[in-house]
Amino acid sequence: MSSAIPFLERLGLRKASGVGEAGWGRTLFVAIVSFIYFLPVLFIIFTAIKPQDMALSVPPTLSPTSIFGLIPDAYVFSPTLENFTSVFSRSMTTGGAPEPTGFDRYFFNSIVIATVSVLLALVIGTLAAFGFSRYPLKGNDTYLFIILTTRMLPAIVVIIPVILMFRVAGLSGSYIGIILLYTAFNLAFTIWMMKSFFDELSTDVEDAARIDGSSDVKVFFKICLPQVVAGLAATFVFGLILTWNEFLFALLLSGPDTRTVPVAMNQAVSSGGRGTDWTLLAAIETLFLIPVFLVTFFLQDHLLRGVTFGTVKR
Amino acid sequence: MSTIEITKVTKRFGDFVAVRDADLSVGAGEVVCLLGPSGCGKTTTLRMIAGLERATSGDVIIGGQRVNDLTPEKRNIAMVFQFYALYPALTVGENIAMPLHYENLSKSELDARVMKVATILHLTEVLDRMPGQVSEGEKQRIAVARAIVRDPSCFLFDEPLSRLDVELRHSMRGQIKEVLSGLSKATVIVTHDQLEALTMADRIAIMRDGIIEQVGTPHDVFAKPANVFVASFIGTPQMNIVDADLKSFAGGHATVELAGSPLKIAADPAVSGLKPSKVKIGIRPRAFSAVDKASADTIMAQAELIEPMGAETLIHARTKIGDDIRVVVPREMRVKGGETLHLRPDPRQTHFFGEDGKAVRA
Repeated sequence: MSSAIPFLERLGLRKASGVGEAGWGRTLFVAIVSFIYFLPVLFIIFTAIKPQDMALSVPPTLSPTSIFGLIPDAYVFSPTLENFTSVFSRSMTTGGAPEPTGFDRYFFNSIVIATVSVLLALVIGTLAAFGFSRYPLKGNDTYLFIILTTRMLPAIVVIIPVILMFRVAGLSGSYIGIILLYTAFNLAFTIWMMKSFFDELSTDVEDAARIDGSSDVKVFFKICLPQVVAGLAATFVFGLILTWNEFLFALLLSGPDTRTVPVAMNQAVSSGGRGTDWTLLAAIETLFLIPVFLVTFFLQDHLLRGVTFGTVKR
Repeated sequence: MSTIEITKVTKRFGDFVAVRDADLSVGAGEVVCLLGPSGCGKTTTLRMIAGLERATSGDVIIGGQRVNDLTPEKRNIAMVFQFYALYPALTVGENIAMPLHYENLSKSELDARVMKVATILHLTEVLDRMPGQVSEGEKQRIAVARAIVRDPSCFLFDEPLSRLDVELRHSMRGQIKEVLSGLSKATVIVTHDQLEALTMADRIAIMRDGIIEQVGTPHDVFAKPANVFVASFIGTPQMNIVDADLKSFAGGHATVELAGSPLKIAADPAVSGLKPSKVKIGIRPRAFSAVDKASADTIMAQAELIEPMGAETLIHARTKIGDDIRVVVPREMRVKGGETLHLRPDPRQTHFFGEDGKAVRA
């Protein structure tokens, strides 16, 4: 152990003493680990821009460019955007005319369903969380626990009663049904997240606002809400990712008009009888990544503050 | 009319009594400090006046009106919080303007009001900054500015200076006192710092365990403490409280057995009412004069620890029966550890307390 430390220091993986900015060695190490994490995503993106016949070629093609001759030509493919156009329109029979695939609709569905249900859960959940935080009921924790139990069962366990309820209520295959379902599932998470953010706030500020003449409603909107923007952003992104990627409920409860991308993707894999078109699938996945990636990217400052909230004393 | 009155106010949290039968009245223009150790109920008392806590029983009267059932925003009060409680999402200017938003002022009038208090408290430079971007001292002044921008019927301060460093605290104490003196409103300040209370208050209410032990002017609570607690709480270094046996009282002089030897000392006539009994005698560290020879009116103690405090020297001395006595002597007097001291207490600064801890005074 004691001999390992100078060794790590020489490599630049450990600082001789103290804290501060990481050295080059350490930074490089982290970069390599990050790259390994990112590799599957990179592989999908590269597959999406490969010509169809190169998807499963041996040896595999690794890069769209030779990086100034660094990679031998055998491992280089010439990039194409063809796969992306065939996501939305392609010929369904050999030599047939291109037909629309309906994926534009599926993307629209995914975006609407995920956004609306997460926002709805955020509105209801934030109000509920504020209530739980500031006006506790007798046995407050019990209620919170009960709310959390809704997330304790795996989806597959509750799916049958949910399907029955949807049948009876006539919600199967409708936007409203799937949005309500996702809202309900996001609520538990939203309430717990937002409650912890509200709990962290200093109640002095709210007291001050009351004394300065604010009603409870004003206190909530003018004082508390602006202070938990980071929390709202973090909750929104986490909820969005969960909902965006949800498959099982969407598979069983959405109809042809309300089908979401994960469900459609599944069907693109398993239907056709021509074997799996990996480049097409990769193109769908790449497109599927973009919205969540953008949202996360633009909210990342808030997100970082959101997830580290409460760990540092103000 | 700007007055605060609380009568028989009690606050219970479950079985715990935070404040018991508190009576206090604050006149217009008067500054009253609630002083006491942590957890004595002083902040709870203040929060009941503000309406942030409901009194379990008793009346809270502001400006002649019983306000027990009114919410804070209807009580027309201004409060400065311990941690300032500035609105983090609003600029300094907006923070100060916040209490005015409910008066439907025109924009120019609003700006003028904010500017006026910002000028008084030297905040004009920072009005556009966010609370996170100003210093502690400025935060404190912003909190005060926000309190005085409106014309409330009274002011409440909760430990207003506790977050400032010593120097800043000193200057803020003066500034707050100056600002308050120009407003002639009933003001209650909660503090655990006796210096703050003694310097800022017209009257001090000393609390312990939810009970107001004594209310009086800074002079009164220092010179005539009502009981042993007040006596030992007010004044630095702490007053010496020594167990003694009262032997007799004659001709204005009490004879007591103190620190293992008899002491004859002039005492309040009320002491004559005490039967020969155990008493406690309180003597401030500065009330001793060290003399060369033992006599009937001196006690003897041995210096143990010498702490120079600059202008004066604090001596921890031990009597022959083991009482610990603090004595403050002028710097010029050189005392060495182990030296025997003959201390003559000043009778005018010597307090007799009965067995129940209450002061015995005419």
